[in-house]
Amino acid sequence: MIEVVNIKKSFDGRQILDGVSCKFEDSNNSLVIGASGTGKSVLLKCMVGLIKPDEGDVFYDGRSLFNSPTKEVKKLRREMGMLFQGGALFDSFTVAQNVKFPLDMLVAEMAESEKNDQVLHCLERVGLEQAAKKKPSEISGGMKKRVGIARAIVMNPKYLFCDEPNSGLDPMTSIKIDELISEITDEYKITTVVVTHDMNSVMGIGEYVMFLYNGKKEWEGDSKTILYAESQPLKDFVFASKIMEGLL
Amino acid sequence: MVKIGTNSFVIVAIVSSFIGAVTCIQTADNLVSPLVPLSVIGTICRDMTLLELAPTFTCVVLAGKVGSNLAGEIGSMRITEQIDAIDVMGINSSSYLILPKIIAACIMIPALCILSAFLSLMGGYMVGVFGDVITTVDFVTGLRTGFRPFNVFFALLKSLVFAFLISTIASYKGYYTYGGALEIGQASTKAVTNSVIAVLFADLVLAQVLI
Repeated sequence: MIEVVNIKKSFDGRQILDGVSCKFEDSNNSLVIGASGTGKSVLLKCMVGLIKPDEGDVFYDGRSLFNSPTKEVKKLRREMGMLFQGGALFDSFTVAQNVKFPLDMLVAEMAESEKNDQVLHCLERVGLEQAAKKKPSEISGGMKKRVGIARAIVMNPKYLFCDEPNSGLDPMTSIKIDELISEITDEYKITTVVVTHDMNSVMGIGEYVMFLYNGKKEWEGDSKTILYAESQPLKDFVFASKIMEGLL
Repeated sequence: MVKIGTNSFVIVAIVSSFIGAVTCIQTADNLVSPLVPLSVIGTICRDMTLLELAPTFTCVVLAGKVGSNLAGEIGSMRITEQIDAIDVMGINSSSYLILPKIIAACIMIPALCILSAFLSLMGGYMVGVFGDVITTVDFVTGLRTGFRPFNVFFALLKSLVFAFLISTIASYKGYYTYGGALEIGQASTKAVTNSVIAVLFADLVLAQVLI
């Protein structure tokens, strides 16, 4: 379980996160939603330690991210996988080299053939075994996201973080990416946190949904209850699309 | 090493050959007294090349080429979250990305300076001899007269210090780039200007301390 405790973060005097606390249960697809600029990505970056919060802490099965010795934090980070908004693939590497990178850097005791098998398995899992030798510049946006997912799961992580996995993708590819994330969460029994503003994702894979508004947790629940929530900012967000009104 | 060293070979070769040639012509032009032997042209070319042109001029050129390249490359990795991806994995991104570049620069830039010194003297010799400015014997005599091996060490030491400055400043500017494409360009520009200033300042300090 991931427990976020009273996270506060400001940039240049502007409060981006104002005391956010929440719990993300094991083997669940948890979604953090909200309009642009509400602090979703900042929260995610605080959760993985890329940004140090001004106050608060994040606990991974009871282990503190910000108040543990460096060695423990390094160990903890190796249990995390992250899919970045743009994929964040290394331009000079092939798809297979990108996926293999964490193994090369962090797993010394594994034989080269084992590493290659693991890479192939992950690429097969995301349906990209045929693109193994291509460079990131030669593949589409959706494929980049899938390579990002393959790289994130190659170390068999306990926690998976996805920063806007659907951004820049067509609706069909978005749904495929959502399904892939959901399947991987179930298959690997990992705790997945997805930051998104796509209501299709919320309705499709949201087992736990947290709505951020002005840097604060405005609402939490699941995809079944979100349509009937009382919060006006949430209603404005959810029903901004006329299609959502049809679900009521 | 390829990016920093091999890919800079042509520009260093061209710049060094021309600078050596121009040094020879201008020195000859200024030697108007019949009491000064022509071999002095070779001596002046040698000392100017070893003490200043090969290490400093080459490194100023490389600050532009290598510095902007490093800052741009690392900066674009920062903007596209590639550095964040490395950090999330628990890998020290600065060690992984910057340290090899500093080591490569500290090996390749002194090597390029040796090449630069050789080509600069060759440029001076070719122009001097084929332009009927000086004879081969005079030029070689000038090169050998009053030769101080320390000057070679000094040139290499300077190039090593400059290599360190160029690679660290450029990497720093790239690593701490935030924003978008515009900021990558700004980081590259700052990397070049700051590196050039640092090289010239270090040149002054080293000359003051070691000569």
